[in-house]
Amino acid sequence: MTKGRKELKAAAVMQKIMGSYFYELNEAATNKTKKIAWCSSVGPAEILRALGFLVYFPENHGAMLGATRLASEVIPYAVSEGYSPDICSYLTSDIGAYLKGVTPLARSYPGIEKVPRPDVLVYNTNQCRDVQDWFFWYGRRLKVPVLGIHTPRGVRELKKEVVQSVAQQMEELIPPLTEIAGRPFDIDELREVVTSSLACSKMWEEVLKTAAHKPSPLTFFDATIHMGPAVVLRGLNEAVDYYKVLLTELHERVRRKEGALEEERFRLYWEGMPIWGRLRSHAELFFSLKACVLASTYCNSWIFEDFDPQDPFYSMAKAYTGIFICRAEEEKERYLKAMWQLFSIDGVIYHDSKTCPNNANCRYGMPRRLEMETGVPALVINGDLNDLRLFSDEQFKTNVQAFIEQLEEKKENTYGALDESRTNAENERQKITP
Amino acid sequence: MATLFAGIDIGSWQTKAALVDEEGKIVGLGLCRSGTDFQGAAKRSLAIALLAGKVKREALAYTVATGLGRENVSFAQGTKTEISCQGKGCYHFFPEEITIVDIGGQDSKIIKLNDRGLRTAFKMNRKCAAGTGAFLEEMARRLEIPLENLDALARGAEKNLELGSFCTVFTATEVLEKIRQGERIPNIVRGLFLSVIKRVIEMDTLPHGTLWTGGVVAHNPFLVALAEERVGAKFRIPPHPQFTCAIGAALYARERGGE
Repeated sequence: MTKGRKELKAAAVMQKIMGSYFYELNEAATNKTKKIAWCSSVGPAEILRALGFLVYFPENHGAMLGATRLASEVIPYAVSEGYSPDICSYLTSDIGAYLKGVTPLARSYPGIEKVPRPDVLVYNTNQCRDVQDWFFWYGRRLKVPVLGIHTPRGVRELKKEVVQSVAQQMEELIPPLTEIAGRPFDIDELREVVTSSLACSKMWEEVLKTAAHKPSPLTFFDATIHMGPAVVLRGLNEAVDYYKVLLTELHERVRRKEGALEEERFRLYWEGMPIWGRLRSHAELFFSLKACVLASTYCNSWIFEDFDPQDPFYSMAKAYTGIFICRAEEEKERYLKAMWQLFSIDGVIYHDSKTCPNNANCRYGMPRRLEMETGVPALVINGDLNDLRLFSDEQFKTNVQAFIEQLEEKKENTYGALDESRTNAENERQKITP
Repeated sequence: MATLFAGIDIGSWQTKAALVDEEGKIVGLGLCRSGTDFQGAAKRSLAIALLAGKVKREALAYTVATGLGRENVSFAQGTKTEISCQGKGCYHFFPEEITIVDIGGQDSKIIKLNDRGLRTAFKMNRKCAAGTGAFLEEMARRLEIPLENLDALARGAEKNLELGSFCTVFTATEVLEKIRQGERIPNIVRGLFLSVIKRVIEMDTLPHGTLWTGGVVAHNPFLVALAEERVGAKFRIPPHPQFTCAIGAALYARERGGE
């Protein structure tokens, strides 16, 4: 356990259900008991589940490669295949791991030796185009069909025509997927899955919103771990059940006014990808500075409140197109300002993730614009989600310490938080969907 | 015996010590190579500063360490980042709204303070050596020129040679190509200065009066003159430009030790 860090007891429950998820996939892949679909993390998982597929998410595997620091070791294998070290390091680490024949699943789950072989790969370009190239590599390598949804990006207003075009692409997936699944499609089964996904999404939002309390019972570093079920188990009741457990624990912390840190002097927002291979050391650094990184756009990205079981295709299209990463700059700015107010943020850390331009929102002047507008100080740090060769520990530490010193000076001299008057009750009512 | 306060700035190349008295007046400065023994370098630089100030160590009430090796100074009672200390040291000389460019051995920084001396923003260079002292040192080594000759050579150039690459290694290749083409060494050295300037000025906006500090500036003031020409603004070099960070640390020590 990280020194000074209060672990959430629910973590043990989560490890168990995540283990069951991976063992079920492994069993299905080994004994061909069920069909397996690979899906991009904000792809149409509900359709796949409704057709009886077990769903595996390569991006989740990418994050595991980062967190276990295997990524930097395996990325060169993908690079030597002609994939640039400048493109998504989830992609290069995942393909690299496949080429080297290693997986972090083997470390965490004894008996699992490799990732589960897919029967179909389904992506959505709502996050980036890299998922498409990533999935096509496997499609060619494993001779497996690849299907995709091409979502408009930089979306300003979620107009009906835009959503309709995505919904239509989703509906067009049904015939080929039905054929691969070997079973008919039933709209009521999809409605059930969407109902469950909506419930999961609402619970996950409640979890994240507890961080609006002072002190926050939750950190960004906790959330990056506990988001697992919202990503890979949404649409299944296990995810909903898990978040009930986690939420009970967090509510109890709130009731006792117990923060995730022993002392919370500063409340920070993380914008951009996590640096997976440094989660622990970064958590320790911020704890030592009594600075609570408590909210992030990244963890909020698996909240899909637009799901509507009565209109599953259209509502899924709306939910998956409305995500932050898919939106226009002004929509992103509006969203970030609302989040900083909701969470009473003292400072923002932008991670300029070298290989993830789509999720590095500091490259078009946003930090300076928003700092001038809101007065909330910003720090931009250079790094990467997975490739630690692109990251300097010493520079990160000095930058963060200097930023905290800056916040201290500000606090000692006419300091005022964004909106101290906002009450916890008001925070409860605030939505955090993009 | 007057009470003294020390700031020790352990940089990647040089360690700087500054001593101030209760009034904040500079009493002594010390400089030595950092090497690999940061603790030893801290002691040596402090000893030099004590000697320069003709004062005794017993007068020392509080020490703040800063810079890359700030956590390696066992005799310091506190630490502060070089970003805060640089701001503090410069504001001591220029108590007004200021922008600071600091070019160190390993990194470059731009720091902005408001008229009350409170930091409003800062930026450090990205990971690579471009725009830092390490870049100039590497190039001087390749050109077999003593570091201390760079400034005079750059002043003697007859034109502004443009080197296009971001990367130290690629720039070295470019320089070799220029030598093959018969380019004069002074022109190449000025080109290297301009290369550092280009990396620095793209980090942030630099208004009139920007202060330039750090070892690179202390030993190569012509680089600042070139930067003025390139940006079209008038810049300044504070007193003791290599020591402003250590002086800032000493001033923090004075605040803490005087409490």
